[in-house]
Amino acid sequence: MKLIDSALKPEFTSMFDVEHIRADFPILKLQVEGKPLVYLDNAASSQMPQQVIDRLVRYQTSEHANINRGVHYLSETATAEYEGSRRKLQHFINAREDREVIFTSGTTDSINLVMHGYGRKYIRAGDEIILTTLEHHSNIVPWQMLAEEKGAKIRVVPISDAGELLVDEYKKLFNARTKFVGVMHVSNALGTVNPVKEMIAFAHSRGVPVLVDGAQGAPHMAVDVQDLDCDFYAFSGHKLCGPTGIGVLYGKAELLERMQPFKGGGDMILSVTFEKTTYNSIPHKFEAGTPPIAAAIGLGAAVDYLSAIGLDTISAYELKLLNYATEQISNLPGVRIIGTAARKTAVISFVMEGVHPHDIGTLLNHEGVAVRTGHHCVQPVMLRLKVPATTRASFAFYNTMAEVDTFISGIRTVQKVFT
Amino acid sequence: MNSKSLYQEVILDHNKKPRNYGTLDKASHHAVGHNPLCGDHLDIELNLEGDRIDNIAFHGESCAICKASASMMTTAVKGKARSDAETLIKEFREMATGTLNLSEDHHLGRLTVFAGVRDLPTRVKCAILPWHTLHAALNSVTTTSTEAEDDPMHAAIGDA
Repeated sequence: MKLIDSALKPEFTSMFDVEHIRADFPILKLQVEGKPLVYLDNAASSQMPQQVIDRLVRYQTSEHANINRGVHYLSETATAEYEGSRRKLQHFINAREDREVIFTSGTTDSINLVMHGYGRKYIRAGDEIILTTLEHHSNIVPWQMLAEEKGAKIRVVPISDAGELLVDEYKKLFNARTKFVGVMHVSNALGTVNPVKEMIAFAHSRGVPVLVDGAQGAPHMAVDVQDLDCDFYAFSGHKLCGPTGIGVLYGKAELLERMQPFKGGGDMILSVTFEKTTYNSIPHKFEAGTPPIAAAIGLGAAVDYLSAIGLDTISAYELKLLNYATEQISNLPGVRIIGTAARKTAVISFVMEGVHPHDIGTLLNHEGVAVRTGHHCVQPVMLRLKVPATTRASFAFYNTMAEVDTFISGIRTVQKVFT
Repeated sequence: MNSKSLYQEVILDHNKKPRNYGTLDKASHHAVGHNPLCGDHLDIELNLEGDRIDNIAFHGESCAICKASASMMTTAVKGKARSDAETLIKEFREMATGTLNLSEDHHLGRLTVFAGVRDLPTRVKCAILPWHTLHAALNSVTTTSTEAEDDPMHAAIGDA
């Protein structure tokens, strides 16, 4: 099978040439408040290369119809492209089979699918679910809803002041009632890369399945779900240079087959009578209704694009950006980095003495610099690290060292305004 | 309006040296206002003598826009009749949301330095929070929020 559509390959050869890469992203040419855009909000959503935009246009102009039911040309084309995209995603995360890849609307939807499909079937009163302090609200709230419904209990893995999970404490939380573990691969707020492989192995030694929230993992490092041996891996398209409204839930086939459907409707059935409905096999059992076909195909193009650059190349380059930005920001008086784990992706959360993150964000915007301010949907992390909010710069492979400089000089400007 | 010109001298000064910051020994009304989107919160205490705001103070955790707005608000309403304060609340909300014509008669005076927030949708609530909280305190509502049913952006203007 042809994995990389040659038309989708970024136009560069051996060396990582960031200027070449940037030329693929039309939005990066934008001016904001008269300054060149410096987009450092990639952990919230990444930008889309022309190759993906073109793929969406091609689909919409010459391939679109509803999938799975039509016998006509367009329906067959759309179905083939949609399923082809599923295989691209399968290879992207090295899943054993394509039916282990379920298209969802995003990470939140993927986690909710596991909560409804697995949790509501297998979690009972008195059972315990282990989560971590670092989790995004989207990997807390569904489990709280389940715990409330079932009378189950949530146990929370603590973190160090640096923002690293305390793995020994994690291991101590296990007991006979432990039935599920949810852990994020990479912290969205702090950039901490969690030792998920070790955590999964430990959970499995106790017979407990693990869901990994990979929203911030998949875009920044090569993910191999077989190597991790995770039971579920959830991620979003729009943080991966793809469209919004599409995401993936990877699940081991054996688990997915045992799970109950989350949403009922068309496409997820084999037969329906008012007496009895027989569900379709996986992955279709979990894809009720017409899916976002264009977005799924766009996501396929996005992973082609990223794979052509190489996730290892991306990780290595982003690490350089992180190291440079960390060094530069550490030289600024009155600025403190929140989240100083030994293993991080290119995320820098920080607080500045006497200046509220919202003011920093607004003033950086004036310099053309886009950052995120607030609690980043991780209020427990903010509470634990005793900061009400932070300013977060999150980098992608299309950011440059010069943009780090603009960001740093923007912070200096903020400091001048507030002295 | 650009994002920087909001940070004028007067706003930066009130942020740095907020007036009427702290608590009151004697307060007839108080309210806590929350902006759950950013975690900011503001406590406002005031003492009504008859129909007049005899004293007012605020404290809390907030950005410069919110703190300066609270500081300037307290100086503007201190000593004023309750109905005059409600007029200012109404006019300030209208200004921040862009529905007040500043060239027509109004009572905002120096408070018009906040007019620029109308062009920064994400910051409108920062400026409004103190006024929203004052409105709640004057109406004996003890907690309020910039979101959901309490949302000042959706609240009927002048619904006192």
